[in-house]
Amino acid sequence: MNKYSFTDKKDTRSGFGAGLHELGKKNSNVVALCADLTGSLKMDAFKKEFPERFFQVGIAEANMIGLAAGMTIGGKIPFTGTFANFSTGRVYDQIRQSVAYSDKNVKICASHAGLTLGEDGATHQILEDIGMMKMLPGMTVIVPCDYHQTKAATLALGDHVGPAYLRFGRPSWPVFTAADRPFVIGKADRMVEGSDVSIFACGHLVWEALEAQSTLESKGISAEIINIHTIKPLDAEAVIASVNKTRCAVSCEEHQINGGLGDSIAQLLAAHLPCPMEMVAVRDSFGESGKPTDLLKKYGLSAEHIVEAAVKAVSRK
Amino acid sequence: MKTESINDLQRICSQVRRDIVRMVHACQSGHPGGSLGCTEFFVALYFKVMNHHPSFNMDGKGEDLFFLSNGHISPVWYSVLARSGYFKPEELGTFRKMNSRLQGHPATHEHLPGIRVASGSLGQGLSVAIGAAQSKKLNGDDCLVYVLMGDGEQQEGQIWEAAMYGAHHKVDNLIATIDYNGQQIDGPVNEVMSLKNLKAKWEAFGWTVVESDGNDLESLLTTLEKAKNLTRLGKPVLNLMTTAMGQGVDFMMGSHKWHGVAPNDDEFAKAMAQLEETLGDY
Repeated sequence: MNKYSFTDKKDTRSGFGAGLHELGKKNSNVVALCADLTGSLKMDAFKKEFPERFFQVGIAEANMIGLAAGMTIGGKIPFTGTFANFSTGRVYDQIRQSVAYSDKNVKICASHAGLTLGEDGATHQILEDIGMMKMLPGMTVIVPCDYHQTKAATLALGDHVGPAYLRFGRPSWPVFTAADRPFVIGKADRMVEGSDVSIFACGHLVWEALEAQSTLESKGISAEIINIHTIKPLDAEAVIASVNKTRCAVSCEEHQINGGLGDSIAQLLAAHLPCPMEMVAVRDSFGESGKPTDLLKKYGLSAEHIVEAAVKAVSRK
Repeated sequence: MKTESINDLQRICSQVRRDIVRMVHACQSGHPGGSLGCTEFFVALYFKVMNHHPSFNMDGKGEDLFFLSNGHISPVWYSVLARSGYFKPEELGTFRKMNSRLQGHPATHEHLPGIRVASGSLGQGLSVAIGAAQSKKLNGDDCLVYVLMGDGEQQEGQIWEAAMYGAHHKVDNLIATIDYNGQQIDGPVNEVMSLKNLKAKWEAFGWTVVESDGNDLESLLTTLEKAKNLTRLGKPVLNLMTTAMGQGVDFMMGSHKWHGVAPNDDEFAKAMAQLEETLGDY
């Protein structure tokens, strides 16, 4: 049985909204910008309580990124909100020049990432955003796993200095971490200790990995589950310590196989600790309309696929 | 605010133009045309119009801020920053060379005093300037934000996103200027992608528009003063500033050909002969 359980399901975007609202109370320099998706991003509470610090930008994401960069001059801490596709692919050049290269303290907060966006289909299901953001020098990339962790990550970003990308999602998802579970940017979170295979997961797939872990246990395979909520900077020490013990690895992410968590880990292991590794990710294809969990199954990202990948990794040792 | 006379400002312009031509000649690259055309504008801002501190800090609280959106005219900005005390004019000799703070296009990455955001990829500076202006409002800082854009740059969609936003949010502590020289890399703007009635477009977007002759210092100063008086009235202000690309060097004037080309040694000598050394070459 899964060592983690849940009584509640919530969307991670609501964790962002709650975190932003709390940050607004804590720090008067925090400002929020939104490109016509205030309700979808759950930014209403911040907007209601701090109207003078909330900026409606309209459907103009490029301008939003530039505005945010400008607002840092004078000490504001801008959090931009729109869908992940419009937060990255649409405005890559604006982020690159005005935020990352200019080293501005902008927090790019992106909802509806990945396949679990569901019915809206491939136009909105971005699967390349982690790659684009992690390639930018100096950019911190965070992909939290549930409501509580998304809230904690949002709060942590209020104290973090420098450009950052926070990726979360649309669907209701199990809330399985405790509200007071410590969250440190750049510090991996070991969820389950194991000895046969290291499973590194981020975002919604942390839950799938935990489900896989209990199945693997029944097959006599002891899996270590590590939540890599911060993809950049990667907690190299935690990854290497785990793989030193297990000698094989699996990565799990709701992202293209190119450019995501898997290739960050593969790059690290290739240089420091070569070993069998399997990647659970979308294999160079676009998504499609459908229910979130059905899509995870069809595109090879659900718990059963993680089990298969772990069995394969162990067999290659 | 400095108190240089028109005559003093003219003399600074002459030296800045020498700096520009010397910089692009030394590294055989860069953009002399737009830089020469905007010399009076930069000199007016940094030596007369803006309240600014060459000691420089990034947040710029309690001072006017300037942003350059068309970053390729970096030579004129670097020269004016150096000549107004942000760094030593000798450093101009490192322009576009390895290990320099004077990158081909302006950047904050090497911590050059005076630069608050990178620019070069066009269309982004107005958004940044509006953000900085709103930050000033939140901070209760009543200084102004200035931004310069190119006319070719008006073809970028983001400019119009920012134009719409600035008027909607009543960002009235900002003076944006367009260098209206009618030239871009591929040729005259009217041939590449006509802007039609630019003044009417900005007015339709809800901005107050003033017009100026960017190469006539006296009238430019008058217009900038008028623009200042139009701030704090609920609308952002746009200065549509006519200039001649390459102004001050006869064979470079009025043509797109000198947008991004460096003079050879003969052309360099000809240009130098037309520009009086007034403050001492770096």
